[in-house]
Amino acid sequence: MAVDVATVRRVAHLARIAEPEDRLQAIVGELNGILAWIEQLNEVDVQGVEPMTTAVEATTPLRADEVTDGGDPERILANAPKAADGFFVVPKVVE
Amino acid sequence: MSSLTNLTLKAALDGLKAKSFSSEEITKAHIDAIEKANPSLNAYVLPTFEHALNMARASDARLARGEGGELEGAPLGVKDLFCTEGHRTTAGSKILGDFVPQYESTVSANLWRDGAVMLGKLNMDEFAMGSSNETSAWGPVVNPWRSKASNAELTPGGSSGGSASAVAADLCLGATASDTGGSIRQPAAFTGTVGIKPTYGRCSRWGIVAFASSLDQAGPIAKTVEDAAILLKSMSGYDPKDSTSLNVDLPDFPSFVGKSVKGLRIGVPKEYRVDGMPAEIETLWRQGIEWMRAAGCEIVDISLPHTKYALPCYYVVAPAEASSNLARYDGMRYGLRADGKSLTELYENTRAEGFGNEVKRRVLIGTYVLSAGYYDAYYVRALKVRRRIAEDFEKVWGKVDAILTPSTPSAAFALGDKRVDPVTMYLNDVFTVTANLTGMPGISVPAGLDANGLPLGLQLIGKPLDEGTIFSLAGALEDAAGFRAKAEKWWA
Repeated sequence: MAVDVATVRRVAHLARIAEPEDRLQAIVGELNGILAWIEQLNEVDVQGVEPMTTAVEATTPLRADEVTDGGDPERILANAPKAADGFFVVPKVVE
Repeated sequence: MSSLTNLTLKAALDGLKAKSFSSEEITKAHIDAIEKANPSLNAYVLPTFEHALNMARASDARLARGEGGELEGAPLGVKDLFCTEGHRTTAGSKILGDFVPQYESTVSANLWRDGAVMLGKLNMDEFAMGSSNETSAWGPVVNPWRSKASNAELTPGGSSGGSASAVAADLCLGATASDTGGSIRQPAAFTGTVGIKPTYGRCSRWGIVAFASSLDQAGPIAKTVEDAAILLKSMSGYDPKDSTSLNVDLPDFPSFVGKSVKGLRIGVPKEYRVDGMPAEIETLWRQGIEWMRAAGCEIVDISLPHTKYALPCYYVVAPAEASSNLARYDGMRYGLRADGKSLTELYENTRAEGFGNEVKRRVLIGTYVLSAGYYDAYYVRALKVRRRIAEDFEKVWGKVDAILTPSTPSAAFALGDKRVDPVTMYLNDVFTVTANLTGMPGISVPAGLDANGLPLGLQLIGKPLDEGTIFSLAGALEDAAGFRAKAEKWWA
């Protein structure tokens, strides 16, 4: 499977990365180089194989449903690009 | 004072305990060395010298009282991927250019608990994505080693290039690093240092900037196998804040170094040869096999038939996880924010401005392989191949105790050499990436020099949670190789 300019434009939008139109063709070339190399995986017989999602099998640990942290707005906001009155300031999202 | 920087971590700890010198003295010696070397090597992106001297004086006070932890007073470097409270942490990215964590990563907190001193933050490839340190927003790190044939600047490898370069040039006694596909072991091999990626889950990932969460694992880069064992012991341990942290006994890793390896069975996989691999690496591998045999090990030929699929598998799984992990960089709560006419445009501009090209490329690949219509063909298939690769290893573990391979398919290459084609760069991790996909521990030990006088490493891969055996074997390999070479000091 190879990608074209329209696919790269769509994927860049899904990834929320602005890619200028004049860069798209170059990206198509790079991604197709990588994808062509990845195609080797089609040679492997994976009939009946369970996907492996974790390197070490372990059961998910559970903890008591208790508050262990929080109540610290200054530290939470310390790195905010914009903050006011104990809140993050974000662009208007509802007209 | 410069002789204090030549010490191994073990020798420095002994000297500190014996009060042969103070932590302040050895810390100052390292600060002097960094000030002289860093303009040439670019290993540190944030020196924290005042903080280091305060920590050193506190260590000296504890040592004077006869107290102190296992790393008391030892000056170390920290890869800029580990969050350090109050000290800028950027993961080599512009998007985190002025991020100052309000918390400390568990791994670094463990080092400070044991008395270590932080000299500063070490350069790295952006978000740990790279094999040459050239993707760093802070510019590439330079390898202290130079080829006899030319004075060209060489890469220290990546992504933990700053850690490797700093340890090799005696700019710290040891350093933290992280390994998602080979990012500890490849730079260790390129710089004549020791690097171990422990079993997945040994070190907590809490507070380490995430790249690919099912593969990321912290570990040390050090001057010797024993130093690596001392550091890993401190860095490791169960942490309830990381749900994949393993709640298992923590062995005394240093006690395994120097143990007899007689009777241990070493697997030699026939698939670990790649086209264009220099003959010297093959020769060194053969030499390594002979060294292990001479130490009393039994050599067993093994086959790991899915080896060639490990890298393409990795380049689906890692970008997929990265595209998901890096979604958090949206310009809202921390990091860079660029302007935009709409919220979507703001996101898109922020990420376009903040991420470098390699990170963008991997996020795009990851987004593509996870997108509707391609998820099964790429992502699920890669996860199935991942299990096939793991099954290869499970089949051989009954027959062998560890596996010996080269660490890398070449010695350090010149900066700029492989920047053109991403896949050529990716091939650096061909021998290391299987340990990440399967979660097994792997260590790179310096074993010799190539014809140009550049270091080459051999890798030992062990069973999950069997770092002890790996440390014993690595110690035997280190003894046999007798690698004592240091880079000639051209930078100061």
